[in-house]
Amino acid sequence: MSVSCENPWLRRYACFTAFATFVLLGIGGLVTSHNAGMAVPDWPNSNGYNMFLFPVSRWVGGILYEHTHRLVATFVGVLVVGLTRWLGGRSSRLPLALVGLVEMVAGGILLRVGGNLKGAGYFLTGIAGVVLLAAAVWVRNESAPRPLPLLGWLAFGAVQLQGLLGGLRVVLLKDEIGIFHATLAQLFFVLLCTIALLSTGWWRRVSIFSEETVKTVELASARSATSLKRRVNESGLGCLGLVRCFATILTLLILGQLILGATMRHQHAGLAIPDFPLAYDKIWPAMDAASVELYNQKRMEATAVNPITAFQIALQMIHRLVALAIFAGVALSAWLTARNFGFKNPLSKMTLCWLILILAQATLGAATIWSDKAADIATTHVLVGALSLASGGLISLITWKAFGAATVSANSIEAGRGVSTAPLAHANA
Amino acid sequence: MKRNLLLSVITTALAASVPGLHAGDISGTITLKGTPPAEKPIDKSADKNCGTSPTPPTTHHYVVGSKGELANAIIALKGMDGKSTGASAAPAVLDQLHCEYTPVIMAVQTGQKIAIRNSDPTLHNVHAIPAVAGNTEKNQAQAPNAPDLTFSFPKAENFLKFQCDVHNWMFAWVSVFDHPYFGVSDKDGKYTIKNVPDGKYTMLVMHRKAAPPSSPVTKEVEVKGGNITEDFTLEAK
Repeated sequence: MSVSCENPWLRRYACFTAFATFVLLGIGGLVTSHNAGMAVPDWPNSNGYNMFLFPVSRWVGGILYEHTHRLVATFVGVLVVGLTRWLGGRSSRLPLALVGLVEMVAGGILLRVGGNLKGAGYFLTGIAGVVLLAAAVWVRNESAPRPLPLLGWLAFGAVQLQGLLGGLRVVLLKDEIGIFHATLAQLFFVLLCTIALLSTGWWRRVSIFSEETVKTVELASARSATSLKRRVNESGLGCLGLVRCFATILTLLILGQLILGATMRHQHAGLAIPDFPLAYDKIWPAMDAASVELYNQKRMEATAVNPITAFQIALQMIHRLVALAIFAGVALSAWLTARNFGFKNPLSKMTLCWLILILAQATLGAATIWSDKAADIATTHVLVGALSLASGGLISLITWKAFGAATVSANSIEAGRGVSTAPLAHANA
Repeated sequence: MKRNLLLSVITTALAASVPGLHAGDISGTITLKGTPPAEKPIDKSADKNCGTSPTPPTTHHYVVGSKGELANAIIALKGMDGKSTGASAAPAVLDQLHCEYTPVIMAVQTGQKIAIRNSDPTLHNVHAIPAVAGNTEKNQAQAPNAPDLTFSFPKAENFLKFQCDVHNWMFAWVSVFDHPYFGVSDKDGKYTIKNVPDGKYTMLVMHRKAAPPSSPVTKEVEVKGGNITEDFTLEAK
């Protein structure tokens, strides 16, 4: 999967799209932190206005966050359509035109059906216009190397699904959709970071990193299987495999943690446990009905006034425990890479950055509780969570790629084809 | 004249002989024992159109007088479902003033209209979030000077939440009863349930914090040919 793009503007555009998505995530986080998800009851209109013509003077209170979120989301949607077109090159024209036409027809049907789905009809016809416009633009470039065009199409589908979920959450009055919307937002960000990474020359260097590993081991000393095994272990490949495994599992764990977080945030019940590191002054809080009733009686909520439940308390306790597991796992990964490859190795640097992010995230989690869920802190917690997930995802990708290439090389050594590798710690240092 | 007098005597005699035709009011005072937690300040700076008040705005979880008189407690008779006269009752008014709901706690009958008024120079969204099946969630924007919005609910529900998502500190709770035998304590802790037919009843007192619907304060009472007084004491734990 050695992929890179020669076009620096495509790389910049992909990075900008990922950055814009990060900003969008932040504004989305503010919407939930301020309990403003329903501040604009209609969609895609805003309080009866075309969303692009809604007077700025009326962007007050929760409307400010929700309406800004919609506008930035539209901007990101357009960026992603452009990215799909660019990555797909001239061969993406026909599929885009077909998708645009299908969406136009589907939107028209929904508009005729009316009711709560009328908004979805406007949304689809609107985005169909953008897609058809993108198809009409004369782009002569070849498609980007695989799998970038495919990832572009994935982002194209995800951004539309995400917009649809956001809108339906408003018109169908379903908080549950908000949880999916928040989770998909995180995955979408990881996807765009992946596209941005694969568009960079850095990704190609990482690719060389594993090939260099392969080239510098003395083949002559790897004639016997025992010797080969020893050399492989010395080169750090065993550790790389372990880190790859850790990174993948931890990334999935972080995703699960973000889903837990999204579930807690969309209960609109404030803090289920108001203290940290203890929980209601205990290591494990009482969750029987009488205790929960007492907790609710003592809560003096100013904003999120839904009563808390035993389920929500359990959810926060699980969130705390999973955070501990993630921290331990990432710390172990960072230690393993630094020990085996040295601090100057890019993988060591990446896992160290990951660890710093996790530490920051844990601190923000505690600060969220100590500040009584202050909106800005809670939103930063969401954003650093997104960065942690993206970091885990990218480190997983890099380790999978490096390990895959190194394993192929080791196999070729074993077959006696005459290639040699050097310790991974020296590669690309 | 004689005929009217005769008619009046007959009506009175009939009323006395038919059980339940007599009715009286139940009234009393709700008092809070103990000291509730301090209310939290509310930051209204997100919308300058919300106006200013002489005292810093706070939450209204416990509205307690100097002698412990507790406002915003709901007092109702148990087991009276199916007697709603909500369809013909006058609409209850829930106003939005200075970006707060007035009153914060109110009670209506099933089918009774609730007129939501916007007395503020700013836009609100009125978002009713019922928890009982059959009562429908609804979210509507209401511009300044816009006509009242009308809500009504077919099912009984305790503390049905209204909120404004534009101003995330704005909440009101409306208890919906399937009968007219309920009251809400005022700032002096006083309440009245009017025209209760003679009979024995279980009275329920609920307060969002001090006596939630899952554990209301109850008392057995009897109305017998006149008004009665029943006082209640709730406890802040």
